[in-house]
Amino acid sequence: MSDFFEKSDLSRSEAENIISDTLQKCDDGELYLENSKSESILLDDNKIKNSSYNSDLGFGFRAISDEVVAYSHSNEISKNSLKQSSENLKSTLKSIKGTYNHEIPKSNKKYYENINPIEQKSLNEKIKILNEVNNYLRSKDDSIKQVTANFLGEQKSVEIIRSGGETLTDVRPLIRFNVSVMLEKNGRKETGVYGVGGRQSYDSYLKDDKWKSVCDEALRIASVNLESKPAPAGEMKVVLGPGWPAILIHEAVGHGLEGDFNRKKTSAFHNLMGQKVASEGVTIVDDGTIDNRRGSLTIDDEGTPTEKTVLIENGILKNFMQDRLNARLMKTKSTGSGRRENYRHIVLPRMRNTMMLSGNQTQDEMIKAVDKGIFAVSFGGGQVDITSGKFVFNCTEAYEIVNGKIGSPIKGATLIGDGPSILKEVSMVGNDMMMDPGIGTCGKAGQGVPVGVAQPSILINKMTVGGTKL
Amino acid sequence: MVKDLEFLEKKASYCLGLAKKLGATESCVIVNNSVSETVNFRNKKLDESNRSDDLGINITTYIGKKKSSISSSNLLDDNLNILIEKCIETTKNTPEDEFNSLPDKDLLAKEVKDLNLYDDTHIENDQKIDYLKKLESAASNDKKIINTESSFTQNKSNFILANTEGFCDGYKTSSFTASSVTVAKDEKSMERDYEYSSKCFLEDLDDAEELGKQAADQTIRKLSPKKISSEKIAIIFDKRIAKGMLSTFASAISSSAISRGTSFLKEKVNQKIFPDTINVLDKPDILKGLGSRNFDSEGVKTETLKLVEKGILKHYLIDTYNGKKLKLKSNGRCGGTSNLYFENGNVSFKDLLNSKSKSLYITETIGHGSNIVTGDYSVGATGFLVENGEFKYPINEITIAGNFKDMFQNITLANDLEFKYATNSPTMMIEGMVVAGK
Repeated sequence: MSDFFEKSDLSRSEAENIISDTLQKCDDGELYLENSKSESILLDDNKIKNSSYNSDLGFGFRAISDEVVAYSHSNEISKNSLKQSSENLKSTLKSIKGTYNHEIPKSNKKYYENINPIEQKSLNEKIKILNEVNNYLRSKDDSIKQVTANFLGEQKSVEIIRSGGETLTDVRPLIRFNVSVMLEKNGRKETGVYGVGGRQSYDSYLKDDKWKSVCDEALRIASVNLESKPAPAGEMKVVLGPGWPAILIHEAVGHGLEGDFNRKKTSAFHNLMGQKVASEGVTIVDDGTIDNRRGSLTIDDEGTPTEKTVLIENGILKNFMQDRLNARLMKTKSTGSGRRENYRHIVLPRMRNTMMLSGNQTQDEMIKAVDKGIFAVSFGGGQVDITSGKFVFNCTEAYEIVNGKIGSPIKGATLIGDGPSILKEVSMVGNDMMMDPGIGTCGKAGQGVPVGVAQPSILINKMTVGGTKL
Repeated sequence: MVKDLEFLEKKASYCLGLAKKLGATESCVIVNNSVSETVNFRNKKLDESNRSDDLGINITTYIGKKKSSISSSNLLDDNLNILIEKCIETTKNTPEDEFNSLPDKDLLAKEVKDLNLYDDTHIENDQKIDYLKKLESAASNDKKIINTESSFTQNKSNFILANTEGFCDGYKTSSFTASSVTVAKDEKSMERDYEYSSKCFLEDLDDAEELGKQAADQTIRKLSPKKISSEKIAIIFDKRIAKGMLSTFASAISSSAISRGTSFLKEKVNQKIFPDTINVLDKPDILKGLGSRNFDSEGVKTETLKLVEKGILKHYLIDTYNGKKLKLKSNGRCGGTSNLYFENGNVSFKDLLNSKSKSLYITETIGHGSNIVTGDYSVGATGFLVENGEFKYPINEITIAGNFKDMFQNITLANDLEFKYATNSPTMMIEGMVVAGK
């Protein structure tokens, strides 16, 4: 754990006094301190292209009165700097008379260990594995023209000091290992990308040649795409495979169920609480408490312990995801979903691991039920307009389905749908729920945070597939 | 206030000196400071104030052909000591790469012109609030507008770039940015749209009422959209979307994509990739330009490049490392383009709308559907159906798709270019794309 005041002219008790003084008539607020260390090692084009290390230190001071948030951040943890921030906050929040809410729930549960993954493996070992990845892939297939592999490792220490001096801390490890392969055959080029990661040591994901399966998967996707033909254009049935395709859930309903958009009534879901928003059998949760997952958090960035929040239960909308600010204004409690990319940003209600739970049908039954449609297995990413509810996600591995059978692979295409109605079009829910491999980052208001998704195979009756074949 | 050059220079030379002492044969350092103050309004009331003071340092050290880098926001000397030591250690342990080096000395920028990128004006939060009040009042005039969010940011930055070849330069830049996001609602639908203005000088910023009104108008006209059938149809891209085509073009001609072989424009230099009528320029010395600069992120001077002349690709965007790999000289594009734009076409906006009996006018796309390896393009879109030059009705929940190789060959540009962003395009029509809808 970092001692943020060790090399500063500001002592902890002085900081506590400034915090309490600044926040005395506010409804909420805190000083958020963060120290993160991260590394990136990249192999590309047969060479180690980049080995870099970043150390980032700073604080963000927040004061909230009613709906108004005043925020100030700086890299300099010093008496002067904190006092200047305090003045900034006070000048925004003039003549206020709130009562500070000291209440914050407590939990002793931890969902990952206090480790620094960067230090647990030497640079030479990491470089050795990247070179092995390159050699392994290039020896497997002559048509491989490019291999990119990288390690990203991070340890982030956070400390939250509230008015009155209450202090909450967390140390968060995170790693990611990615492989990208480009194949060229008969003048055609295609890529395949795969990766793994989470809040554990590199070795948990790499040892016993586990890295080989990541390489194999990237190569498999690229090989499939090399045979792909133009994707169809128009409305049709879509079967989604388990795991990573749950980006659909994240985009279609996840963002629309974040507290801020619903308090502001700008989400297409804001007036649907308690109503049926999905087919029977569809249950969706947002869970920050799964051990070592990329989207898991012991406490959120306001200090609230995370939880498993039921968003949709058997088709009925049950809860929004809340941070402290939106929860207070909507007269409910925080779900431990208050997150920020780092100390430079304000807290927003965000997703953690968003999951659709298993039903009892099989993927086979779904494929057989489709005359004409597509079977989408892997995705690159998605986006949503939470106001109109329209969302997209981009396939990176998909096949056509003809008369109940999986046919040829099709080129990457964008799928578009309507968030509030898409889950009512889910006609089968599989028994094969799977977590994603642990590489997702969600963007909102310019802030990226690590997240996870999970789902079983599902059959959607009608979605628009954005191909080029009419 | 933003830190002065003297402070940044002192940090930079400290780092270069220490790196040399610890065994670096060459090194390069960038120190920057950026101070931003933002005020946000929502529904005519103060919603958020935000002040940020960001320091950053980035050091790259070389030992022969070995290279590594570190970055940090903590500029205290004892932290820099630890980091530079770590950087040298990592450099020693990173394998050699024959193409690693600082830029050739004769390519470094010699003179730094004053491009008029810094406005000393300081706008107090109370003045920002006045601007936003006017903006939001104009934005919420129509009853259909149910939510307004707007924001005003003043940013002042300063940086220094120094390397062991004796280069040491930097300058201040400023920006003033206002934006308005509005939500409109009717019985059938709820829609969101925005307007935005960003300038180096406060005096050039768009009028608050104009901006608010524009955002509201653009949102209201999207209400009660329809979905259309799948078909092949001419697509007209609003300027704010058309510029995205240029960004994709820029990533496809970056020397890194070219040297790695991962671009659909590899080996296309001196070939025709656009129609005769198309010229693309990257002009770094536009006064007050949002992308203007004297040198790139390695210190190499940047001069105007006519990237595409009469449809023919003339240059890649080259940095030192990939240049050496491709046996080409850096043209000062490490970190990307400066002020990139399509020159005006020959037809007016009106004539472009009129040129087909039926077309689609696209105002927003969503999704990350540009693949620069294959050139495939597929994104979600919203816009309007245009018949005989008139906007008929709004459209959403469709996708548009094609391949850039074909799309580029079928571009027609209007003559309405303006410099609103760093990358700019006139309104653009592309024929032969496929819309997927019902």
